[in-house]
Amino acid sequence: MLKVNKRAELPKNRESIIRIGAILCSIICAGLVLAIMGFNPVQIFREIMLGAFGTQMRMQQTAVKAIPLIVTSLGILVAFKMKFWNIGGEGQIMMGAFGAALVALNLPNTLPMPIMLLCMAVVAILFGGIWAFIPAYFKAKFNTNETIFTLMMNYIAIKWVTYLQFGPWKDPASQGFPRIATFSENAVLPKLFGVHIGWVIALILVVLIYIFINHTKKGYEITVVGESLETARYAGMNIKSIIISAMLISGGLCGLTGMIQASAIEKTLTANISNNYGFTAIITTWLSRLSAPVILAVCIIFAGLLQGGAYLQIAMQVPASVADMIQGIILFFVLGSEFFLQYKVSFTKSEKTTIKEVA
Amino acid sequence: MTPFLIAAVGAAMPLLYATLGELITEKAGNLNLGVEGMMLMGAVIGFSVGLHTGNPYLALLASLAAGAAGAAIYAVLTVSLMANQVVTGLTLTIFGTGFSSFVGEGFMGTAAPAAIKSLSVKIAIPGLCQIPVLGQILFYQDILVYVGYLLVIAVTIYLNQTKLGLNLRAVGENAAAADASGINVAFYKYAHIIAGGAMCGLGGAYMSLVTVPVWQENVVAGRGWIAVALVIFASWKSWKALVGALVFGGLNILGLRLQSMGIHISQYLVDMLPYAATILIVIVSTRKNRKEDMNPADLGVSYFREER
Repeated sequence: MLKVNKRAELPKNRESIIRIGAILCSIICAGLVLAIMGFNPVQIFREIMLGAFGTQMRMQQTAVKAIPLIVTSLGILVAFKMKFWNIGGEGQIMMGAFGAALVALNLPNTLPMPIMLLCMAVVAILFGGIWAFIPAYFKAKFNTNETIFTLMMNYIAIKWVTYLQFGPWKDPASQGFPRIATFSENAVLPKLFGVHIGWVIALILVVLIYIFINHTKKGYEITVVGESLETARYAGMNIKSIIISAMLISGGLCGLTGMIQASAIEKTLTANISNNYGFTAIITTWLSRLSAPVILAVCIIFAGLLQGGAYLQIAMQVPASVADMIQGIILFFVLGSEFFLQYKVSFTKSEKTTIKEVA
Repeated sequence: MTPFLIAAVGAAMPLLYATLGELITEKAGNLNLGVEGMMLMGAVIGFSVGLHTGNPYLALLASLAAGAAGAAIYAVLTVSLMANQVVTGLTLTIFGTGFSSFVGEGFMGTAAPAAIKSLSVKIAIPGLCQIPVLGQILFYQDILVYVGYLLVIAVTIYLNQTKLGLNLRAVGENAAAADASGINVAFYKYAHIIAGGAMCGLGGAYMSLVTVPVWQENVVAGRGWIAVALVIFASWKSWKALVGALVFGGLNILGLRLQSMGIHISQYLVDMLPYAATILIVIVSTRKNRKEDMNPADLGVSYFREER
C-alpha cells in the first residue's frame, strides 16, 4: 500500500537530487517524443544548446530574451509573495509599452536621450501600475477574484494596442502597412557590451527586489499578507493598502518591461510586443520559488530554450514549435517533481495491520 | 439581421463546447487554464485524422481523444501530484500550442477533404425550423450545433438531477467533506477533468473542421481564454453557458457586420467588449455575494487527504 506523508524538512542535497532527477527524466521523455517523431534527439538538444550559448553573438541574443523575462518575473514575484495571482503581466507589459510610445512619439526628438528615456520609463511604470491597480483595487475592496480579472485585462490591453496599430496610430509613411511610426534615435536604449542596457537595469532590479522583499518593512508586510491574512490583520496591518501598493510595484515592473521592449527591440509599439513574456514569467517566477536571485538563473535557462528554438529553425529547418513542446514536457516534469519535494511516498503494510497495532 | 444571427450561432459553438468542458472541470474544483492548449490539440489532431482518413466522425473522435489526453496530463499533475493548478494549466497551453503548430506544419494551408465538409452541411429540423425568425436561426444549422444543444441539456440534467452530479458538486465545494462521506474525490476529479478536456478538444475541432476547414496555425485564436471567462460569465451554470456563448459569438462577428452596415467602429474595440463584460460580471457577482453565483469553494485548491 502506498502511503503519502508531508515531509518535515528536506536536506539540501536530497532536494538537488530530486530536482536534477526530474530534469533528467524530462529530457529523456522529450527525447523519446522527438525520436518517435523521427528526429535525432541528441542532435536537437545539441543544436538548442549551441543555438543558445554557442557563440558570443548567440549568447547576446539569449541575454536579449532573458531581460524581459527577468524584469517581468520580478514584478510577478511581488504579487505572488502576497498570494495575489497576477496573470496580467502580458497586459501590463502592453500598457507600459503604450505609455512609452505615447512619450516617445509626442515629445520633441531633440530632447536629450537620458531625459527622453527617463520620461518613457516613468510613464511606462505608471501605465503598467495603473493596469494592475484596477484589479488590485477590486480585490482589496470587494475581494474580487484576481486570476480572471487580470487575465481579462490582458486581452483588453492587447485589443487596445491592436486598435491603435491598425487605426489612429497607423503610420501614414508606411504605405498602408499597419505599423506605428518608429521611435527617434533618442528614444532607443543604448547598448553596452553588445546588448542594450536593459541587462544592467535587470541586474539592478534583481538586487533591489531582493532587498525590498527580505529587508524592508513593506516587503515583510507583503510576505505576511501572503502567508496569513489573519496574522496580518491581528498585527494591525492595513491589508488594503499593502495589496494596492504591492500591485502597483508588480504592474510597474511589468510596464517597465514594455518600455524596454518597445524602446530597445521593436523601436516602436506593436500588438505582439509582450510576446507571451507575461505568461512565461508566471512559470519562471513560480519555478524560482519566489526568490529574486533564482529568477535570474531560471530566466536565463528559459531564454536559452527560446533562443535555441529559434536557432533550430534556421539550422535544421525544424519548426521552432518543437522547442515549445520540449519546454512544455520539461515543465510538466518539474511541476510533478515538486510533489516529491514536499511529500514522502513510502510503502507500508496493509492498513489492517496498522489499525491492529493501534488497538 | 437574420444572417448575422445564424452566423453568430456558428461562432458560438467552439466557445460553447470549451465552456462546458471548463465548467465541469471547475465543478470538480480544478481551474484548468490549459483550455487554449487542449482546443489546439483537438483542432490539429481532428484535422489531421480527417485529412488522412476522410472520415468526419473518426476526426471528431480523435479530437475528443486529443483534448482528453491533454487534460489527463493536467489531471495527473494537479490531482495526484498536487501541482499548482495555474502554472500547470499555463504549461499545458504552451505545450498544446507547440504541439499543434508542430503537427500542423506539414499541412499548413491545406483544405479539409470534401467528406469532412459534410460536417458543415446545414440541416433543418422539421417543425422547429418553421418557428418564425428563431427557427431559421437556431434550427437550420450544422450537426455539431445540435450536438452542442444536446450537450447543454445533458450537462444541466447531470449537474442538477443526478446523484453523480451532486457528488461532483460536493467534491468542488468541499473535497474533505465529500471524502468523509465516502465519495472517491480523486476519481471524480480525474473523470471530469478528462471529460472536460475532451469537450475542449471537440471545440477546437469545430474551428478547424467547420468554421475554417483549412488548416492554419493557431486556428483557435484565443477562444480558449474566452471560454475560461465565459464560465464566470455563466456563473457556473450550464444553460447560461449557452446564452454566454451566443452573446460572445455574436460580439465576435459584430465588428465586421457593423462595418458592412456603414457604422465605423473598429473591430478591435468591439472585440474588447466580451472581456470588459466578463470583468463587470466578476465584480457584480462578488458584490452581490450570492452563493449560487459564486465559484465552487474549493476551486484551485489541491486536496491532500492527510491534511483534512
